[in-house]
Amino acid sequence: MNDIAPVPSGDTPEGTGAPELSELLHRSARGDESAFAALYDATAARVHGMVLRVIRDPSQAEEVTQEAFLEVWRTATRFDPAKGSALSWLLTIAHRRSVDRVRSAEASSRRDTTYHDKSRTVDHDATAEAATAAMEARRVRHALQALTEVQREAIQLAYFGGYTHTEVATMLDLPVGTAKTRIRDGLIRLRDAMGVSL
Amino acid sequence: MSEIHALSGAYAVDAVNDVERKLFEQHLAHCPDCRDEVASLREAASLLPETAAVAPPPALRDRVLAEIASVRPLPPVTVETGPVEPTNVTSLAARRRRRLPALAAAAAVAAMLGAGAVAWQPWETTPEVQQRQLTAAERIAAADDAQEIVHEFEGGAVATVIRSRELGQAVITTSDMPAAPAGKVYQLWLQDPTGQMRPAGLMEPLPAQTVVLEGDAASARAAGITVEPAGGSERPTTAPLAVFDFERSV
Repeated sequence: MNDIAPVPSGDTPEGTGAPELSELLHRSARGDESAFAALYDATAARVHGMVLRVIRDPSQAEEVTQEAFLEVWRTATRFDPAKGSALSWLLTIAHRRSVDRVRSAEASSRRDTTYHDKSRTVDHDATAEAATAAMEARRVRHALQALTEVQREAIQLAYFGGYTHTEVATMLDLPVGTAKTRIRDGLIRLRDAMGVSL
Repeated sequence: MSEIHALSGAYAVDAVNDVERKLFEQHLAHCPDCRDEVASLREAASLLPETAAVAPPPALRDRVLAEIASVRPLPPVTVETGPVEPTNVTSLAARRRRRLPALAAAAAVAAMLGAGAVAWQPWETTPEVQQRQLTAAERIAAADDAQEIVHEFEGGAVATVIRSRELGQAVITTSDMPAAPAGKVYQLWLQDPTGQMRPAGLMEPLPAQTVVLEGDAASARAAGITVEPAGGSERPTTAPLAVFDFERSV
């Protein structure tokens, strides 16, 4: 499984000639701060957008995004391209931190917090890179339409809601134990629709 | 497909509780198919943020870049081989996420069972004690100076000792341990700075468990496991099954 990657990866915005994320990560591991800055620029909107969706509170989300990038910097040497893409590795770190944050003691307050991110959505017309990102977003949304409604909702609640499959089952009135199957089936369908290859 | 395999998707998107995560990670250690599946499902999940992109404030970029300038990237994971085969020594940090859950699995399950209606343990352990141990174990594993030493026994059993000098504590977690011979028990030891082996507690008769070692782990040179008569000994009476050398792994 040396070539796991979403296709297209989104790692190299077309026309910019930017280095691959894995290369940036590799250079970061050797202490190259400019490579890390480029890695940040290429991924921060996706990382932060995800973190914000999960956490909702903007200042906490900024903290978690910051912590996640710090962890990426500290542990860049441990990234193994044979086990997955750089983007997946980085988002896995950030997602886990987000979920840990919302499930920790303060969790109870988050559902009272206003959902702020709409006002700060990326300006998709700003740069060629953002335009590519917008196209990617459309492709992903399109692929998500191929999922059943239950699969789609289960994945949204799990990934962006930070809920456990047991909680998702309750929220979707599914028999206990079936939400995990919906999540898995939905991710498999998304994976296959987007041509993520193993 | 067994029940545990079905968790791959929920695990890939962190939609599992702590106990499920620990159990599934123990399963992953033995199931390459699930590892591949989780990797592929994480790739799929990594597409989702495309639909949610929000640029963070520019000040965050400044803070991140200022912060990393003062933080040294961890060294890569390397496997050292030394005179005490086959103990592999690695620094913990990057594997913490994978290891820590595996570490506390047994205690977590015991805590869960202890708290629920099922009380099948033949020995007396209150849920409170188990809970405290789990918390201590997690704290040790998460410590910045955590040192991890893995010992793989012939036959597939694995024992991992994690020591935090700062916390002055060490914790051992085992998996697939064969039962000690009848009338015997696995006893834990800490070797003090003078080379003396100090009793550090007894292990429960369980194939997989997590035990916080008793005694001063900060100054200890090593930890060890021996087989002792039931009830334990004041001094080791048999050659150690495993030695975890803290000084070699610094």
